[in-house]
Amino acid sequence: MNTIIQGKAYVLGDNIDTDQIIPAEHLVYSLSDPEESKKYGHFALSSVPTEQAGLPNGRIPFINGENTESEYNIIIGGSNFGCGSSREHAPFALMKAGVKAIVAESYARIFYRNSVDGGFVVPFESVNGLKKSIKTGDEVEIDLAKNQITNKTEGATYKLKPLGDVMPIIEQGGLFEYARKTNMLG
Amino acid sequence: MGMTITEKIMAKASGKVAVTPGENVWLNVDILMTHDVCGPPTIGIWKKEFGDQAKIWDNNKVVIFPDHYIFTKNEHANRNVAILRDFAKEHDLPNYYDVGSYRYKGVCHVALAEEGYNMPGTVLFGTDSHTCSSGAFGMFSTGVGNTDAAFILGTGKIWEKVPESMKFTFDGQLPVYLTAKDLILTILGDITTDGATYRAMEFTGDAVFALNMDERMTLTNMAIEAGGMNGIIAADEVTEAYVKERSGKPYEIFNSDGDAVYFAEYRYNVNELDPVVAKPHSPDNRDTVRNVQGTKLTKCYLGSCTGGKLSDFEYAARILDGRKVSVKTHIVPATTYVNEQLDKRTYNGKTLRTIFQDAGCIIEQSSCAACLGGPIDTVGRAVDRDVIISSTNRNFPGRMGSKQADVYLASPLTVAASAVKGVITDPREFIS
Ligand code: SF4
Repeated sequence: MNTIIQGKAYVLGDNIDTDQIIPAEHLVYSLSDPEESKKYGHFALSSVPTEQAGLPNGRIPFINGENTESEYNIIIGGSNFGCGSSREHAPFALMKAGVKAIVAESYARIFYRNSVDGGFVVPFESVNGLKKSIKTGDEVEIDLAKNQITNKTEGATYKLKPLGDVMPIIEQGGLFEYARKTNMLG
Repeated sequence: MGMTITEKIMAKASGKVAVTPGENVWLNVDILMTHDVCGPPTIGIWKKEFGDQAKIWDNNKVVIFPDHYIFTKNEHANRNVAILRDFAKEHDLPNYYDVGSYRYKGVCHVALAEEGYNMPGTVLFGTDSHTCSSGAFGMFSTGVGNTDAAFILGTGKIWEKVPESMKFTFDGQLPVYLTAKDLILTILGDITTDGATYRAMEFTGDAVFALNMDERMTLTNMAIEAGGMNGIIAADEVTEAYVKERSGKPYEIFNSDGDAVYFAEYRYNVNELDPVVAKPHSPDNRDTVRNVQGTKLTKCYLGSCTGGKLSDFEYAARILDGRKVSVKTHIVPATTYVNEQLDKRTYNGKTLRTIFQDAGCIIEQSSCAACLGGPIDTVGRAVDRDVIISSTNRNFPGRMGSKQADVYLASPLTVAASAVKGVITDPREFIS
């Protein structure tokens, strides 16, 4: 697994629920069909209220026009990221949109598990809130070995919490890979 | 050191004498439940990971309810139901409840209870965040995603972190103008939408044990709205009577020890509580009904696993009897059983269905319907700038459809009172 994740940040507020990440009406598409599943990328974050989309100023589309991938690949979130419905389509949609990692203050349990067990995106927790320190469009770099995120646009570095217990699953790329590696699946 | 009910069930299910919060354990699962939204991707992952010849760990322990996107012309949604149907056939699953057949039930969490799958002391996982509802039966139940569910489908096991428990005690006798919905919305306002993240929410006290199973499920159902891993209520004679009527299966009753450790304890006297709503756009945005009284509505909605159970309609009937609604009001019985009971249960000598029809409500077929918005042709879906009062459980932006809509969550009594007036109304205007 890569120990450096870098890209452009897209900043969101607190309590980003899974209906905002992928609205319920789109949950009908296949996740396994390579073409059809691109729709999840296209509709990712489409129900975030416009004023909240891409902080601090908002009104920044995550996906442009008919694109299925975003130019932003690191999400900066507030507290309780991914609350609400259990839909695994949520971290899946972010992955399809090209998101590699999320750095939030805290997560809802099911979203966190889904991100890790499905191997979709890496859910980091920041030690302090970053909504004020990082702007949408800033170039950021996450260093897994050092547990830190650097805002390269501003030249400042912030601490992340260690991934802890779930690190082995993340390293293997998901629950099944982990289970095979540890001979759990026989 | 003593253990909570949740800890005791997790210890049993992981083959340990004791567990402590924070510890990761592998649980043996008694029931895996899935539905039409998360079932097909779960099956997809399961096939990919275990291979085409894969076997389900136990055919009798998988329960599938198509319930979310049921009565729609959306071809993708219908394809999802077809995937479930084929899967059930291919694997000879006895517990599949197909839409269009006499077996069709409707909303999974309510159907799980009615069909006798909820058993004290057991472990149930479901691909739906409100799987915590089943905790009303003194069991451990929680929601997971498709990957975890696919893992269970193949192995019957899953890892879980033992949660810390929070205790919520309700003392006193519930006044006629309050329901379990007011109690859980009160808690949500106090602890917020992440106040119980990764924790167990245990409900106890005289007012809780005086509730019927439907109402207890309203409490545990919304544990997820506080981020809770599970909600739980110790089984008592009410639980046992309900369970024995529906299942001959064995069960085991656990109670929390007197010296069990809680992360936090909250105590309420129900006589001091008011009817409350959750204002747009979050279930923890609590206010008293009196404070938002008079807010003009475009729609009222009674339905879902939270507010579409039989007892919810019995509450609504108390207010709607002999009155007319002055705004479009959708009645969506959670299950076909609840729907049938609308013709059997009476209030003031009239069936609930007659009361609702005479009041001018629109009674819909059983399913999740507009609780989660759904495809464009879903009945009751929020459109444009709708202002809705609803007995459902979530009012995040866009949850019921349009992201411009304002949704207020309330008890079935408050929804019914508001339907009559066309503006948000305190149920005490009609009953006291
Ligand atoms: S009724 Fe609503 S909350 Fe309940 S299972 Fe259906 S969509 Fe989910």
